Amino acid sequence: MPLISLQNLSVRFGGNTVLSNVSFAISAGEIVTIVGPNGSGKSTLLRSIIGAQHPDQGQIKRSPGLRIGYVPQKLHIDPTLPMTVRRFLSLPQRISDQQAATALEQAGAGQLASRQMVDLSGGQFQRVLLARALLCAPQLLILDEATQGLDQPGSAGFYQQIETLRETLGCAILMVSHELHVVMATSDRVICLNGHICCEGEPEQVASAPEYRALFGTGTQGALALYRHEHNHRHDHSCGHDHGQDAVDQTRPAAASETRP
Amino acid sequence: MISLFDSFLLRAALAGTGVAVAAAPLGCFVVWRRMAYFGDATAHASILGVALALGFQAPVFAGVLIVSLLMATAVSSLSGRGFAMDTLLGVLAHSSLAFGLVAVSFLQGIRIDLMAYLFGDILAVSRIDLMVIWGGAALVLLLLWARWSALLTATLSSDLAYAAGLNPKREQLVLTIALALVVAVAIKVVGVLLISALLLIPAAAARPFAATPERMAFAAAIIGMLSALAGLQLSFLLDTPTGPTIVCVAAGFFALTSLGDMIRQQLLMKGPRPRH
Repeated sequence: MPLISLQNLSVRFGGNTVLSNVSFAISAGEIVTIVGPNGSGKSTLLRSIIGAQHPDQGQIKRSPGLRIGYVPQKLHIDPTLPMTVRRFLSLPQRISDQQAATALEQAGAGQLASRQMVDLSGGQFQRVLLARALLCAPQLLILDEATQGLDQPGSAGFYQQIETLRETLGCAILMVSHELHVVMATSDRVICLNGHICCEGEPEQVASAPEYRALFGTGTQGALALYRHEHNHRHDHSCGHDHGQDAVDQTRPAAASETRP
Repeated sequence: MISLFDSFLLRAALAGTGVAVAAAPLGCFVVWRRMAYFGDATAHASILGVALALGFQAPVFAGVLIVSLLMATAVSSLSGRGFAMDTLLGVLAHSSLAFGLVAVSFLQGIRIDLMAYLFGDILAVSRIDLMVIWGGAALVLLLLWARWSALLTATLSSDLAYAAGLNPKREQLVLTIALALVVAVAIKVVGVLLISALLLIPAAAARPFAATPERMAFAAAIIGMLSALAGLQLSFLLDTPTGPTIVCVAAGFFALTSLGDMIRQQLLMKGPRPRH
């Protein structure tokens, strides 16, 4: 039984359909990454999964007692709110010092407990958010562009931590990422989203799917660098819109070939 | 004991500390969530509650409570619907005050001391008032205590609250109710125009030397109570209006702690941390 399954999920904001007919499921221990251009509904999808956004249609089935750890895209703490890292970890449930130390250690933020949240660097802050998400011993860890604002070594280190966590804790991971090279290197499955699911599958399959290439790489540079095998199957999607219009960010896929073994 | 409570100064002191001890921790949330104008709008609307209560011969406390609740609910439901928040609150705060003042002038046959409602009349606090104030303050503190963790989580981020299975809208409602209660009990002590000051200034004064939200709320409560007592004393000695004098003392605390913080930052050879 999957941890969570979405069936024909649709979300509208006013007259705009942000998500339409999104269906997928996540099983225990899987790393699933959602890629898609800006405004493609990635964050809305995650917010629906954590229960912050009500779907207009469709449903989300969670396995009974599912524990979700959520790392938001960005968290602004007002400077008027004094908050140590240790205190932050105890929200909303109080935890022991031992639990706090373990979670910080797992997230790679070992020495930060007594620091003020507003004094942390971007990378430290993300690790503290990760530590907080780990406290509930999550079966599913959800990360919304968790490395936004980090430099390359910073985000590489962060994703390494994530992979280690999957190995040590065995939790499933659902993340949104713009960093395609990392996505391709670490994910079991990639979902390419643009209001609806354009294509999904193993990273290599998705990278060579015409829908993906239309979104992330027009022409040959970029997307072609991801080719690992002969394209021996066809996706027969009949999408109602022009993928090429949304093409963004063609620079990163090129780096993918370097990170792959 | 009864003769003790008969002393108007003691009643005033008890009323002042009662309001301060509830307003200061609630004021921390007002500061953290950037709701300063929200407090103003709620407080200013309460003069309309005074007029309505007197017009219908209902208790003033009830009138103020109901109108404050309506106002706070209106503001929180209008927010996030495409209005510019500061404009919206400015419009609501001042127009409700104006409507209230106009409504008061319609009251016939009742002569009310408008100044007492605008600036408070702490020296005229009765034993009934005292019970209402401490009852309201206790209710506010109880609400904050019971929902503290959830309120803090929702203050940090509504998405984090949802992910933890909390409903941030419910926490907003808790704050709204608490705010209306504080306004209703504080109107006698500092008056409509200065209630926000009692919410904001002790919290702001407590910020520089607090490392956690709990310590800030606790320190704010202490500063609020000291301000109430010292302000009462000073106004008695100098023959000044009591409500404004209490606020002046609180402002003095704010100046002191801010200055102390600046000096400390300098001594640590560290640039001042951005606070706003």
